[in-house]
Amino acid sequence: MTKVWISSLMALCCLMLILNAWADKARPLQDDAVVEAQVQRLSEELRCLVCQNQTLADSHSDLAEDLRQEIRVMAAKGLSDQQITDYLVERYGDFVRYRPPLKSTTLLLWFGPFALLLAGCVGLLQTLRRREKSTEEMPLNVDDARKVNELLNRE
Amino acid sequence: MKRFLLPLVIFLIMVAFLAIGLNLDPREVPSPLVGKPAPAFSLPRLDDSGEMISNKDMLGKVWLLNVWASWCGACRDEHPILVSLSKNGAVPIYGLDYKDTRFDAMQWLAEGGNPYVATAVDESGRVGIDYGVYGVPETYVIDKAGVIAYKQIGPITEEVLRDKILPLVKRLQTP
Repeated sequence: MTKVWISSLMALCCLMLILNAWADKARPLQDDAVVEAQVQRLSEELRCLVCQNQTLADSHSDLAEDLRQEIRVMAAKGLSDQQITDYLVERYGDFVRYRPPLKSTTLLLWFGPFALLLAGCVGLLQTLRRREKSTEEMPLNVDDARKVNELLNRE
Repeated sequence: MKRFLLPLVIFLIMVAFLAIGLNLDPREVPSPLVGKPAPAFSLPRLDDSGEMISNKDMLGKVWLLNVWASWCGACRDEHPILVSLSKNGAVPIYGLDYKDTRFDAMQWLAEGGNPYVATAVDESGRVGIDYGVYGVPETYVIDKAGVIAYKQIGPITEEVLRDKILPLVKRLQTP
């Protein structure tokens, strides 16, 4: 009976040692608060291409984890936000960014809503002006004036 | 009657835009790598971990790089198409075994047949990141100069092979 106890205790110790070693192995890069802040900031700005509507920070997909690790390694090397974003855009395209860059192919995306708003305003103004014109007072001719008077003075 | 014409036209334009939008596949993100040199890699071969395989080995010929994994369900769909393509010899296919274990990958090829001239093992997925892989299977058509000419995201179907990949390969192969 004691043999079983001792061997299971030893097994437990081994397990703890392994877990401990494992924990140490994963730690070093995450210790740096500045790097971690940069990783967090960037992964909130970048899209996970597997889930598409989640940021890298939100996603638990394998690729998102790999990419966060890549970003962490680059951040630890001292690369700037711009350099790291460029690295990812080179591989995955502009779609990886939640804020699309302003360039010729994205002009419609950036200014389309304002163009629609402007068109709506112009349309509204025109309609209002037309309606105003249609309710303008019309001068009465003599016959009509007499008819109106008759109707009004009937009682 | 005329006053209904303008709203009707606007409505039809919206319907057209929505119909196009609904039929687009949001998973197909255009790759910025098309038209650029294929990222360099040097990885161990699946059948012989002692031997390395590099993209430079394929310079001078048109080839396909097929990213696959034994855990990938859609790869199962395209596998028979790759096997038959490899048999007719139109273009050499190289595999990139993405984030997989060697044992599972070997077993997969033993079961389904091996369409690959060689398969490179990308266990960490680092090369996958360089190639912008985000949805396995993916296939790259790479020309004689080592430039990526086309990227297929998702499984290769008979139609894609017939209408896109094979004509492109033929065009790239003619000197």
